[in-house]
Amino acid sequence: MTTASYETVETDVLVLGAGGAGLRAAIAAAEAGTRVMVVCKSLLGKAHTVMAEGGVAAAMHNVAYQDSWEVHFADTMKGGKLINNWRMAEIHAKESPDRVLELERWGAIFDRTWQGRIHQRPFGAHTYPRLAHIGDRTGLELIRTLQDRAVHTAGVDVHMETTAFKLLTADGRVVGALAYRRSDGSLILYRCSALVLASGGAGKMYRVTSNSWESTGDGIALAYDAGAQLRDMEMVQFHPTGMVWPAGVRGLLVTEGVRGEGGVLKNKDGERFMERYDHERMELSSRDVVARAINSEVIAGRGTPHGGVYLDISHRKPEFIKSKLPSMYEQFLKLSKVDITKQPMEVAPTLHYMMAGVRVEPETGATNVPGLYAAGELAAGLHGANRLGGNSLSDLLVFGKRAGEAAAAASKGNPKAAAAKLDQAQVEQAIAELMAPLDRPAGENPYKLQAEIQDVMTAHAPIVRDAAGLQAGLEKILELQARAAQCGAGGSSSLAFNPGWHTARDLRSMLVNAEALLRSALERKESRGAHARSDYPKTDDQLASVNYITKETPHGMSVEAVSIPTMPSHLAEILQRSYATYTPEEME
Amino acid sequence: MELTSLDLKIWRGDAKGGDLVSYRVPVREGMVVLDAVLWVQANMASDLAVRWNCKAAKCGSCSAEIDGFPRLMCKTPIDEYGGRLSVGPMKAFPVIKDLVTDVSWNYQVNKEIPPFTPSDKDLSSSEPWRMQQKDVERVMEFRKCIECFLCQDVCHVLRAHDLKGAFQGPRAMVRIASLEMHPKDVLDRRPLLKGKAGIGYCNVSKCCTEVCPEHIHITDNAIIPLKERMDDVYFDPVRSLVNRLGGRSRKRPAD
Amino acid sequence: MALSQPVDSEVSSPRRPRVRNPYSRLPNWLYPAFVVVALSLFGIFAIWVVFFQHEGYYAPYLSPFYSPLIKVGPIPPGVWVAWAPLVFRLTCYYYRKAYFRSFFGHPRSCAVPERAGRRYRGETVFPWVFNNFHRFAFYATVVQVVFLWFDAIIAFDFGGRFGIGLGSVLMLANVVLLSGYTFGCHAFRHLAGGDLDCFSCSLAARARHKLWRGVTVLNIRHDRWAWASLLTVAGTDIYIRLLLAGVLHDPRWVL
Repeated sequence: MTTASYETVETDVLVLGAGGAGLRAAIAAAEAGTRVMVVCKSLLGKAHTVMAEGGVAAAMHNVAYQDSWEVHFADTMKGGKLINNWRMAEIHAKESPDRVLELERWGAIFDRTWQGRIHQRPFGAHTYPRLAHIGDRTGLELIRTLQDRAVHTAGVDVHMETTAFKLLTADGRVVGALAYRRSDGSLILYRCSALVLASGGAGKMYRVTSNSWESTGDGIALAYDAGAQLRDMEMVQFHPTGMVWPAGVRGLLVTEGVRGEGGVLKNKDGERFMERYDHERMELSSRDVVARAINSEVIAGRGTPHGGVYLDISHRKPEFIKSKLPSMYEQFLKLSKVDITKQPMEVAPTLHYMMAGVRVEPETGATNVPGLYAAGELAAGLHGANRLGGNSLSDLLVFGKRAGEAAAAASKGNPKAAAAKLDQAQVEQAIAELMAPLDRPAGENPYKLQAEIQDVMTAHAPIVRDAAGLQAGLEKILELQARAAQCGAGGSSSLAFNPGWHTARDLRSMLVNAEALLRSALERKESRGAHARSDYPKTDDQLASVNYITKETPHGMSVEAVSIPTMPSHLAEILQRSYATYTPEEME
Repeated sequence: MELTSLDLKIWRGDAKGGDLVSYRVPVREGMVVLDAVLWVQANMASDLAVRWNCKAAKCGSCSAEIDGFPRLMCKTPIDEYGGRLSVGPMKAFPVIKDLVTDVSWNYQVNKEIPPFTPSDKDLSSSEPWRMQQKDVERVMEFRKCIECFLCQDVCHVLRAHDLKGAFQGPRAMVRIASLEMHPKDVLDRRPLLKGKAGIGYCNVSKCCTEVCPEHIHITDNAIIPLKERMDDVYFDPVRSLVNRLGGRSRKRPAD
Repeated sequence: MALSQPVDSEVSSPRRPRVRNPYSRLPNWLYPAFVVVALSLFGIFAIWVVFFQHEGYYAPYLSPFYSPLIKVGPIPPGVWVAWAPLVFRLTCYYYRKAYFRSFFGHPRSCAVPERAGRRYRGETVFPWVFNNFHRFAFYATVVQVVFLWFDAIIAFDFGGRFGIGLGSVLMLANVVLLSGYTFGCHAFRHLAGGDLDCFSCSLAARARHKLWRGVTVLNIRHDRWAWASLLTVAGTDIYIRLLLAGVLHDPRWVL
């Protein structure tokens, strides 16, 4: 292949991803005085952050005066089954109120309490009402606010619909990235002195997911290729309630709010089966428990004809449902012609979120690769083995800001990094790999391969896993890696907005994520949080202090157990305390 | 009515030109137009260009014209069309390829609108702000906007008359309304409305409201109230005099 | 900068599918045709009444075209008062949509091809720029509505005795609908409280917020109030005219 031509764009801090974390990082880096380039796969403001419904968790104690950062910290650690990074959980609990109030000063609107403070709603496994929200579209509010702030912050530039496909290193330091414009396939070489990855999770490796086509785990794969370590890759969250029918909307999220407002789960015999799984908390048990319960009912043959269970809220008054859950009411009426004020919904677990991701320093989001930072869903640590609802939006804000600031500082500390001498062979090879599918008109169809990956992961790394299944899945993924390396772009060799070509590139990312997930899941020989093993159904207390780190070695991908540093006594003590239960003063 | 297959015509082409191409798509129960388009992409035309993300009418990516009318593909069940429908790109924007158009103008416009600006007093206050629900409720409607740009597409000022230099379009009006009516914003965007935003080009024909997938009352709650606010300064000598004398114009001029 | 593809060429393109508005089962031409017919009929009738008729009082009923009744020389009494509601309706935000769509085709219906023709300038140029003075027409109309209420009350007074005639009922219905139309006006919604950014920040603001909410309720169906009141204005006048001509007999019940 001849030397490809590309445009070179120079910046100080390069941010990959324009969801909540990427935009918050960009704002922070620009405010610290560096030039920032944000590169995103879709249009600005379309990132997966918009899908967040419930709210952003922050211990502002506007509704429950008993709330404090300590309680939030304890909830997060307990929810994550203690394998969280405790320092991240501490920072997160302490800083999220400031980040939320800061959003308000940038123009965000939240629902209010009667005293005019930001209202906070209760949510699963949060001891106190803690989620600042605006109706059931908090994610949209968050991204719109950050988007407007970012484009009006001097020094921030955005390249939309541009896909990064390679991180460039010089002397072990990340100094840039290669990307291509989807509109015409033209190549861009970004030079930077620090890079923030904030491109989200890899939910698309499963068939049934609430994630969009974008969630192919690009950032995790790029970081891994650049030498970054991944952490607890087995930990992916299945949201208990996704739509199951019709087929086109399978996986679409049904908010936890339905259960919060009194919705009950029933199997096909009309039995309220949660009684058998968590007698105390019933439908409002934690996400991993409810998801496993639904899964067990379906496997036992007590599911609905479409392979789900019933979620019924029709015992509440129609006006109540329409006012509290307007978008759910419309979603079911419009897409599956079900009137939820009269009929039950059909739901089943759907892949929702990755607690897994790139291993980062808690204070800065720095990875083990100099110059490379990570934040948001793509970074691991805060959520441990199970994420609490509402903690992802606060995660984005808190660690997006920290990563942006740290990247800006790193950029200022290494001003020459952006001018480092690049290994031209590295550039040429990456471009050749990107272009190759276009030259294989008879190569395998990337959409078919993507569907196969989804089938493998759905079958072999489901909610409840076992060694044999995981091992067989791993072999299939390795075989798919070989096939994907030789796949085509679907027949067309067009450079202009060619989704087949794009999918061929996405396969690589998905396969790295899939392999890491399977390998890591094989290693964790216990059931903990979102990771359930039928061959190791018990939680092993020994493993509460272990993270599984995935990294590249000369012999390929390897997973090793790393013990978690002992929690300092002032934090450990917080976990021992008991907290008064909250009873709302105003009952409905 | 049970359907087994759909006669789907998709506009294929680029800036140089194009045409409708027919595809036969097997129908599944509850299928929406986006499902059918993605089926074609996966099985018949791997390079079919289409934008989509959430598939749940929350991100506003999959805007297109279905039988010539601007809609979100993910929210349009095919059974509304009885076995035959056509999908084309938005007409108000230049085509990049197939169903994908260049909507960057909308982002430029957003950049030209002065952002949220609280008073110095509010900004320097260390206390969390207090606002009542009724003060933020009106603005909440505008914040529902998912930036699908269907309103921009259907607006005849942009669509038929191509006056993008003169009128910023309904989406921009919703954006300006969300800032102007924010209880903590102190900037005066009325000169912008009269000038660069070109609100006078709107003749309240209300198509933007008709197509809004978020059911924002764009005309009645955003554009008309903004026209009235502009009138306060430029078309109502009595009120503008009273306001000036009474010092009621607490608002700061933009720029 | 060519920001959009040429849209005029599509008018002649045979391949272009018929634009199907998914939110309306009615054909695209029906609404504009209805508006043209209805407004033309009313317009001709109103010209006939205002310029060519001198009598509109049949005790105790007064035609709404003549309220308040001013008789100066040979000038028909309608001339003195009819200009106010005429200008009010001409500049009304609902009627603007109606006539721009139907009489001028800007646009005839949403997303349909539109004559680009002469350079479109919206409401930035004469005469449409005068639509910005809508609120002054509102003030004048309020004065007239006060007189109409007075007339409607008088219409229950049959020589000092309370009574109810078909005419009294008609006049009351007419003034109720006219009030609903007038006080649901977008300009009034702005004056009532729409111009506030903070509804809770003072006692006056809280009171105006309540008023604004009330106006909003009327405003939501402004189009229906507009048509209904137009119908009763004509109907009341015709009824009184038929009584004057002796064609009808007014059924009444007097205490």
